[in-house]
Amino acid sequence: MNMDITLQQVAFFVVAIFITIFSVLTVTTSKILRSATYLLFVLFGTAAIYFLLDYTFLGAVQLMVYAGGIIVLYVFSILLTNSDQSMNKKLNKGKLVASIISALAGAAIVLFIVLTHNFVPAASGETQELGMKTIGHALMGSDKYQYLLPFEAISVLLLACIIGGLVIARKR
Amino acid sequence: MEYTIFILLLPVLMFLFLGLAGHKLKPNVAGIFGTISLGIVAVLSYVTAWNYFTLPRVNGVFQALTPLKVEWLHLTDHLHIDLGIFLDPISVMMLVVISTVSLMVHIYSMGYMHGEKGFQRYYAFLSLFTFSMLGLVVATNIFQMYIFWELVGVSSYLLIGFYYTKPTAIAASKKAFIVTRFADLGFLIGILILSFFTKTFDFTELMNGTAEPLLRSAAGQSFLGGSVLAWGLGLMFMGGAGKSAMFPLHIWLPDAMEGPTPVSALIHAATMVVAGVYLVARMFPLYIDYAPQVLAGIAYIGAFTALFSATIACVQTDIKRVLAFSTISQIGFMIVALGVCLGKGEHEGLGYMASMFHLFTHAMFKALLFLGAGSIIHAVHSNEMDHMGGLRKYMPITHITFLIACLAISGIPPFSGFFSKDEILSAAFEFSPVIGWTMSFIAGLTAFYMFRLYYNIFWGKEHEHEHTPHEAPLTMTFPLMFLAAITLVAGFIPFGHFVSSNGEVYNIHLDKVVATVSVCIAVCSIALATIFYRKAEQPIPDMLGKKFRKLHTAASHRFYIDEVWMFVTHKIIFRCISTPIAWFDRHVVDGFMNFLAWSAQEASFSIRGFQSGRVQQYAYVFLVGALVIIVGLLLFI
Amino acid sequence: MMFAGIFGFFTRKNTLAMLISLELILNASDINFAVFNRYLFPAQLEGHFFTLFAIAIAAAETAVGIAIIINIYRNVRGIQVKDIEEMKH
Repeated sequence: MNMDITLQQVAFFVVAIFITIFSVLTVTTSKILRSATYLLFVLFGTAAIYFLLDYTFLGAVQLMVYAGGIIVLYVFSILLTNSDQSMNKKLNKGKLVASIISALAGAAIVLFIVLTHNFVPAASGETQELGMKTIGHALMGSDKYQYLLPFEAISVLLLACIIGGLVIARKR
Repeated sequence: MEYTIFILLLPVLMFLFLGLAGHKLKPNVAGIFGTISLGIVAVLSYVTAWNYFTLPRVNGVFQALTPLKVEWLHLTDHLHIDLGIFLDPISVMMLVVISTVSLMVHIYSMGYMHGEKGFQRYYAFLSLFTFSMLGLVVATNIFQMYIFWELVGVSSYLLIGFYYTKPTAIAASKKAFIVTRFADLGFLIGILILSFFTKTFDFTELMNGTAEPLLRSAAGQSFLGGSVLAWGLGLMFMGGAGKSAMFPLHIWLPDAMEGPTPVSALIHAATMVVAGVYLVARMFPLYIDYAPQVLAGIAYIGAFTALFSATIACVQTDIKRVLAFSTISQIGFMIVALGVCLGKGEHEGLGYMASMFHLFTHAMFKALLFLGAGSIIHAVHSNEMDHMGGLRKYMPITHITFLIACLAISGIPPFSGFFSKDEILSAAFEFSPVIGWTMSFIAGLTAFYMFRLYYNIFWGKEHEHEHTPHEAPLTMTFPLMFLAAITLVAGFIPFGHFVSSNGEVYNIHLDKVVATVSVCIAVCSIALATIFYRKAEQPIPDMLGKKFRKLHTAASHRFYIDEVWMFVTHKIIFRCISTPIAWFDRHVVDGFMNFLAWSAQEASFSIRGFQSGRVQQYAYVFLVGALVIIVGLLLFI
Repeated sequence: MMFAGIFGFFTRKNTLAMLISLELILNASDINFAVFNRYLFPAQLEGHFFTLFAIAIAAAETAVGIAIIINIYRNVRGIQVKDIEEMKH
């Protein structure tokens, strides 16, 4: 047995357990605000995983957009709709059982697939940190394997979402 | 001879015009249009006849002409249905008869139907009928004849049911159509049998010998005792029997008197009912050569019908019914004349010529009788003999013309009926004495009941009328006088010059014995009728009626044949055949369809729950479906 | 994480809680893409950029979803799932 447990592996396991616990807590707690808070922790954990993968830009974006923007959005909307006051009534048993079984079954199947498939890791193991320059060039370039078009498409999508959001939520 | 197409075109165009636009015209204008168009048709018919009969004979016979022939339906290489005009002596004669009588009826109806609702519709239907009948007689092939045969049936239905608010009229029109349609089934089967074996519908091909080997082989094959060809021709006669009201398919004709009287004159005296006779005459060479037994059978049927209806006519009280039964009887005469032919020669084929001659003269005087009856009905507003009597003082023209017609139908010389009936009797005596004496007896009965009718209307006790009966207007009396004039002279036409069974000239000569016998019988019958019915009091008929009460009742109920038919249709056909079939249709066929619909509905109810509006349920179904597919892929790949 | 999110989506009664569970699902798949890119195809950047764009799109979708929920709250005065399951008829 390889006793060569690196720091990286330890860090990964800690973060993984952290994410798992808090995601289960997110979906089982009865109070919405607590659920949003646990989600925040899950998002922090996800950002930590990105940092572990040396995708620093991605982790930063995750923190800023998700943890910073979306959680705030959720908290605002929870408070706006007075959801934190209303009580969650009990679910009917049948629905609960069916959901648990289907979720567990799904998890089992996916785990089975993941663990029995032999992934071939890439030959070159050394990792270089992904520089901003590379990311910038890739994002704005129009050659093959470069992402100018999706970038512009997403900007159009965001425009549409802004307008859509405004239209939906305006006062009549 | 291309102008003959107008003989057909004008009436049908007039029908369309009056049918579609007639209600916008004033009634008189519509009537004038119809009459003028028919006048032109009549003139064209006369011109055609003149041109045809003055053409030189070929081999001693008049050449059959076909001015128009258009292929309409191409069925197989040999078999095709054409439409066209075929001129030969009998068809030209029929053209003259039909157009003359139709013209007289048109003129007469201007006066008789004056003020009736639906005047324009009446003239439209009259034109349609004339078109159909003309098309029937000039048909170039059997199928065209069948098409127009059905058209004639339809026109008759429309005209009998003209007073469509009267339930009896509606019932009568339905009865006429259904009975003739039923007979036409036999006609169609006969046509199909004939054309199957001879591979042609065309008259020229059938008669001129090209089809002879096929005909002979058809005559050779036998089926249930008779040759196939005999069956075909016999079935075709069944169609003719329906149209010509032979026993037992005669039931529709007395009821058809519900229609207006000019319609009865046109359709049920002069033209439509002789369609059956015309059919046999048209197919006569085939009957003579290949199915002589069928001809003999036809003769017996005709004789029985004539006797049967003559006895019924003696006790009817409705004047139109008397005339209807008289028509049936006279058509029986024509059919017998055709049936007693033994060959196509001069002497053997006498019946053919006699039948056509009698058709011609009968059309004229029967139309005259009906139109006269119409004028009487117009005057006293009733059909019953009890409401009439002593009318000779008030209606002189009607009286004289009616008397002329009665003398003609009784066979008194020099009126036309004598000549034609005499020829028939001669031919009948040639065939068999039994038929000969039966027909003579019927001739006597004819004279008897016609004069019974005459005396009851014009002599005898006067009935109280609301207003004194007056003579009919000129539009009604002119046709009477015209037809009476024809009746006076038609007997002297040398008919054998024009129409005879083998086409050659036949000089009619009177058989002195037969003639004397028939005249004596007629005179005796008239005398008997005079004794019985001339005075106002009628002691002898009343006593006879009491003594033979059962016979009298049976005869006035037309020997209950209608009841027999009703029994057959209601108890047997409806109950045993139609009801089970209807049950099957309603429950099994419809039930199956209902079952399909019900099962579709049940299926849709049961899967309706899937679309509940609950998003979580939708997501659940997604997940489960995806998992199933993944597991399936894992297991099987 | 993903199946926790799926479980939460099925069982939560508050629509906002459903959206929160949806975020869990999205994050789980983002992690998946990033890891595959890093360990199986380090020379290429598809997974990285897919994740980047997925984050952006998730943000946009959340915004619009919350706008809709607020609109529902205005009409029905509650955002329980069982209040909005009646379909048009």
